Amino acid sequence: MKRSCAVLLCLMLATSLSYAVDTTQMPTPELQKRYLGLTHELRCMQCQNEAIADSPVNLAADLRRQVAEMLLAGKSDDDVRNYMTARYGDFILFRPRVSSKTIWLWATPGILLLIGAAVAVRVSKQRAALVDQDNEPVEEDVRSR
Amino acid sequence: MNRFLIPLGAFVLLAIVLAVGLKHSPEKGVIKSPLLGKAAPTFSLPVLTDTSRTFNSADLKGRWYLFNVWGTWCVECRHEHDALLEIAKRAEVSIIGLDWRDEDSAALQWLQELGNPYEVIAVDREGRIAIDWGVYAAPETFLVDPQGTVVYKYIGPLTMDAWVNEFVPRLPPKQAAKS
Repeated sequence: MKRSCAVLLCLMLATSLSYAVDTTQMPTPELQKRYLGLTHELRCMQCQNEAIADSPVNLAADLRRQVAEMLLAGKSDDDVRNYMTARYGDFILFRPRVSSKTIWLWATPGILLLIGAAVAVRVSKQRAALVDQDNEPVEEDVRSR
Repeated sequence: MNRFLIPLGAFVLLAIVLAVGLKHSPEKGVIKSPLLGKAAPTFSLPVLTDTSRTFNSADLKGRWYLFNVWGTWCVECRHEHDALLEIAKRAEVSIIGLDWRDEDSAALQWLQELGNPYEVIAVDREGRIAIDWGVYAAPETFLVDPQGTVVYKYIGPLTMDAWVNEFVPRLPPKQAAKS
């Protein structure tokens, strides 16, 4: 049983490896981490809901190569992001930067949350007021049960 | 009355937001290029018809040109080829081709079969220049002015309609009058 489990596990690992789109290995773990971070936050422009890390199309491979080369050349993560947005626009970033153009994108969830909080406070105040209005006989009624 | 005012207001607000979103929604995935109004990327690449020669984009300074990104693997490029031939015939601007991630032999055969509308075709085998131009799906066509500024970008197969309505009005009258 133990052995078959081990074999099964090996098989599972093998398939997941063979399906990996990107097999790039950076020379150091630190670079590898940054490489993976960047390739997961850059959008594949051709298949727009995939990151370039997960996309099998040629353009994504070219962009991954670009990321790897820039990191190896000592460029910072922001250099890479700037390089990509200069060519493809903010849309290539899955996490758009805060700018005058994207401020609503970032602010809207907060605004909606505030509106929700305001509504919740109002509703609970109204309910509290209803409880105050309640006349006593009912409360006695409840207690006597 | 007041009870309905708030939900109604919220509804109207939401409707406005969605309407704006719909209006600005990418037309079939067309994304505005950040290159518009900026200097066209420079490059030096081998020429398809004679790969021992190098084409330098600096040679294009001083005149209008179309920069058309294509490849033989691109089905839509075949659909726009007739329009490119027609534009070349009208001789309003020169057409510079970028053969993107392609096989040279296939590209040469394509030109032999369909005709060659290009003044020069640069070969971008590794797709590096295409990245500089922010190309994400062939065919894409850029209009560049004599100062080397990207004036317009058209994504998808070029048609004569698009040429007449989108490109020609952006050309100086003298240039357009030749048609």
